[in-house]
Amino acid sequence: MSSNNPLDLYRKMHDEAQARIKSKEDKPQVLIGTATCGVAAGALQVRDDFVREIEEKGLDAEVVEVGCIGHCYAEPLAIIAKPGFPPVCYGYLDEGLVHRLVEDFLGGDDPSYEYALAALERNDVFPTFEDFPRGIYEEKLILENCGFIDARDIDSYISREGYSALATALTQEPQAVLEEVKAANLRGRGGAGFPAGLKWEAAIKSGGNEKYVICNADEGDPGAFMDRSILESDPHLVIEGMILCAYAIGSQMGYLYIRAEYPRAVRHVQDAIDQARERGLLGSSILGTEFDFDLEIFQGSGAFVCGEATALISSMEGRMGMPQSRPPRLASRGFRGMPTVLNNVKTFAYVPLIIHHGAEWFKSIGTEESPGTAVFSLVGKVANTGLVEVPMGTSLRQLIYDVGGGLPGNRDFKAVQIGGPSGGCLPESALDVPIDFDSLHQAGAIMGSGGLVVMDQDDCMVAVSRYFLEFTQHESCGKCTFCRIGTKHMLDTLVDITQGKGDTETLGLLEELAEDVRDGSLCNLGRTAPNPILTTLRYFKDEYKAHIEEGRCPALVCRDLILYYIEPPKCSKLCNVCVGSCPTEAIFTREDGLKEIDQEKCVKCDNCRKACPTEYNAVVKLSPPVLPPQKEKAVK
Amino acid sequence: MSEYVNITIDDRQIKVRAGEKLLWAALDNDIYIPHLCAIREKERPNAGCRLCFVEIEGDTRPATSCTRTVEDGMVVRTRTPRVDRLVKTAFELILSDHNLKCRECPANRNCALQTIAKKRGIKLRQGRFKTIVREFELDESPDDFAFDRSRCVLCGQCVWADREVAKTGAIGFANRGLNRVVTTFRDRPLAESNCAKCTFYADVCPVGAFYYKKAAE
Ligand SMILES: Cc1cc2nc3c(=O)[nH]c(=O)nc-3n(C[C@H](O)[C@H](O)[C@H](O)COP(=O)(O)O)c2cc1C
Ligand code: SF4
Ligand code: SF4
Ligand code: FES
Repeated sequence: MSSNNPLDLYRKMHDEAQARIKSKEDKPQVLIGTATCGVAAGALQVRDDFVREIEEKGLDAEVVEVGCIGHCYAEPLAIIAKPGFPPVCYGYLDEGLVHRLVEDFLGGDDPSYEYALAALERNDVFPTFEDFPRGIYEEKLILENCGFIDARDIDSYISREGYSALATALTQEPQAVLEEVKAANLRGRGGAGFPAGLKWEAAIKSGGNEKYVICNADEGDPGAFMDRSILESDPHLVIEGMILCAYAIGSQMGYLYIRAEYPRAVRHVQDAIDQARERGLLGSSILGTEFDFDLEIFQGSGAFVCGEATALISSMEGRMGMPQSRPPRLASRGFRGMPTVLNNVKTFAYVPLIIHHGAEWFKSIGTEESPGTAVFSLVGKVANTGLVEVPMGTSLRQLIYDVGGGLPGNRDFKAVQIGGPSGGCLPESALDVPIDFDSLHQAGAIMGSGGLVVMDQDDCMVAVSRYFLEFTQHESCGKCTFCRIGTKHMLDTLVDITQGKGDTETLGLLEELAEDVRDGSLCNLGRTAPNPILTTLRYFKDEYKAHIEEGRCPALVCRDLILYYIEPPKCSKLCNVCVGSCPTEAIFTREDGLKEIDQEKCVKCDNCRKACPTEYNAVVKLSPPVLPPQKEKAVK
Repeated sequence: MSEYVNITIDDRQIKVRAGEKLLWAALDNDIYIPHLCAIREKERPNAGCRLCFVEIEGDTRPATSCTRTVEDGMVVRTRTPRVDRLVKTAFELILSDHNLKCRECPANRNCALQTIAKKRGIKLRQGRFKTIVREFELDESPDDFAFDRSRCVLCGQCVWADREVAKTGAIGFANRGLNRVVTTFRDRPLAESNCAKCTFYADVCPVGAFYYKKAAE
C-alpha cells in the first residue's frame, strides 16, 4: 500500500533504516572518532591498526568512522560495541592498546576495563560518562549524536528519529514551525543572540516568492571548532534544521557557507546532501508533498570578515567580501537582493529538536532569557579540553572546575577569555557569572563563537590583548576609518606597552580610542575588536601599569621586560646542558665552575630554561624589581 | 505615503523629500555635517569615512547620517559631545594616515580635510596618534594628471566617477585592511591601464591625491 502522507513515508524509511542499523549491531563494531580533532591526534592510524588487527585475526567486526565525542583531551578515541557488553569508550589509543583490545575484547571476552574511559550505557560493571563529575553538568542536545553515529550513513541518523521533525512539520502549516521556534525563544548562536524566530518572521513578511536560507559555517575565530565538529559528526541535524526553516519561510533554495579550510566538513555535508536527496528529503516534492527545497555548498574564501552577514552575502555574489551598512536587513534584501535568513550552524541544529520535542521542552533547559544549551570549546590551562555542552545559566566556575576538571597541577586561576577576538577576559571575581547572552555581555565578554580559554598566572593580560588585536588588525577589511586605522594604533600601543614603553597618558588614550572604535566602526568586527582591551583594562589595569611604570611583566611573558638568570646555588656545575642549548653561545662557565648568562648575547629563546634538568631547575626568568646581582649593579 | 516629511535638525524644522538620506537633507538646507565618502547617487552608501555622525532622538548611539533615511518627526542633533568626540577621533585617525604637507599639495586651500578642520575647529596637526609612515610610488604617467596615494583618504569618489560616470572601470579598491588602496587592474601605471585619460578623477578627488599636473606647478 502506498501513501502520500509524509509521516507514513517517513515511518517506512525509519523502520528500514533501523533494521539495517540493528543488523549491523549484531556483530561487534569499533567506532573511531575521526573528526578533524581526532585525525590531528592520530585517529587515522588507529583506524588502520584496528582494520589490520581484525583482519589478521580473521574476526568478524566492523570499523566505523564517527565524529567528535567531545573528550578531545583523550584522543585518539574509540568506542567498542560488542553484543552482550555495554558499549565502552577507550582513550589515548596507540598500536599496542589496539592490539590488546582486538585480541582480548573482540577476540576474547575481556573488555579490558583498566583502559576504558567510560561505558556509554548504564550497566552494573563500569561507570558511564554521566557518572563523571562533568556528566552532571553537561546536557547534550545538539552534540548528542556526535561521535556515536556514522556521519556518512543517513540511516544512522534516521534510525535515531532523524528527519521525524521534518515529517511531522510537513503535515502542518508552515506557520506552525515558525510559531514553535518563536515560542522556544531560540537565540542565534553565531554570537549576537538575536532571536531566530523574529528573523524568520521578518523574511516571511518581506513577501515575494524567492527566498534563501543560508547557514553560516565560516567559523573564523582562532581556536573555535564546534561548528566544524557538528558538520563533520552530525551533518543531517543541520540540514534538517535548514529544511524546516525553508518550509517555515517558503524558500526553495539554501546554501551552506563553509570555509574552504574545512575539507572534511565539506565532504561530509556533500555526502549528506546527496543521500538526503536520494531519499526524497531534499529536492522536489519532499516526502511526497508539494514542498521543494534544495541545498548547495558554497566554499568560503577564508577571510575572517566573510563570516559577517553582509560580507558573506557579498562574497557569495562574487564581490569582495566586505561588510555593508545596514539597513536594509538581510531579511528584506539579502542574497541576490531577495529576503534571506542567515543563521549559524548551531542555531539550525536546535531546530529539529525544538520541533520534535516542542518549545516547552526547550525552554525547560537553560534560563528564561537564554533557553537551551551553550556549546564551548574548552582550551588553555584546563584539565579536560574539548567540546562541552552545558545548559545556559551554568556558572563559569562550574564550567571550568566541574566540567573542565579545573586547572592542571592545582595552578591558580587568573582569567578566562570568552568569545575569541571579539570577546573579553574575565577575572576570578566574575567566575560566578551565569553563562547566558545577557550576563556575559554585562560582564564585558560575549558568548561569541564559544571559544573559552582558561588562563593562569603565567599568562600576561597585555600580551593576550596584543595577540587578539594582531588578529583583528590583520583581518580588518579596511573599509572604514575606525577599524582600518584605529586597530593599527591600538595594536601599536599594546606592542609599546609590552616593551615597557608609555607614560601616564598612554592607558587613558588607549581606552578612549578603544571606546571610539567600538562606537564608530561600520561592522561588528571593528565594534567588537576593542573588547579584549576594554575588559583587560577594566579588570587587570595594574598589570598594564606594571609594564609601563615599573618596566615589569608580572607574568614573565613579555620578552623585552624579562631576563634569564642561572641561580648559582641551584646550578650543578657538573652539567653542561644549557651551554649547548644556547643558539648564541651566551652561556659561559665562570672560574668557580658555575654557569652564567651573558645578558648582552642572550636572545631570550627559553632554550636553556627548558634544557636545564628538572632536578636542578637552575635557570629562571626574572623581571624587575627582582634582578640578578650583576644586573642590579648595572642598573645602579 | 506623502512625498515630504518634516524633520528637526538642530532645532530647525525642515521639510525634506521622503526617502532622502539624512546627510543630504541637512546639506541641502545649509546644515553642515562633515563627510568624505558619501555619494548622492549611490544607492548603497559606502559608509566608510565615519565622519558624518549625528545623534537621533530615541537612538542609543550616534548614527552615520549618510546611511539613515529621514523619517517624519525625526529629531536630529549634529553637535553633541558624543558626536563631536567620534568625529574628532575619526578625523584624527584619517590625518594620522595622510601625507600632511599642505604647502606642497596642489589641493591646498581647496581640500575637504581643511574644510572639515575649519568647520569643526579641529587642528590638522593632531598629536594623539603617531603618523603612520609608508612609502608610495607617485604615478605621473598620464599626461594631464597624477596620482599620489600618500594623500588618498579612500573616500571612493574617484572609483565611483570612473565606474558610473566615465564608465571605464579602470580603477578600483584593492587589498585589505591598512593596505587598502585605489589602484588599476594589476596595479599598472594609469597610462597603461584602460583608463580613458579623462580627468574625472582629478575633478572629484576631495583631497590632493588625484590632481592636475598644472595645478601642482
Ligand atoms: C567579523 C565577523 C565574523 C563573523 N563570523 C561568523 C561565523 O563564523 N559564523 C557565524 O555563525 N556568525 C558569524 N558572525 C555573525 C554573523 O554576522 C551573523 O550574525 C550570524 O551568522 C547570524 O546567525 P545567528 O543569528 O544564528 O547567530 C560574524 C560576525 C562578524 C562581525
Ligand atoms: S569595521 Fe573593520 S571589517 Fe568592518 S567594515 Fe569597518 S574596516 Fe571593514
Ligand atoms: S584618490 Fe581621491 S577620490 Fe579617490 S579615493 Fe583617494 S581621496 Fe578619494
Ligand atoms: S559620509 Fe557617512 S560615513 Fe562617510
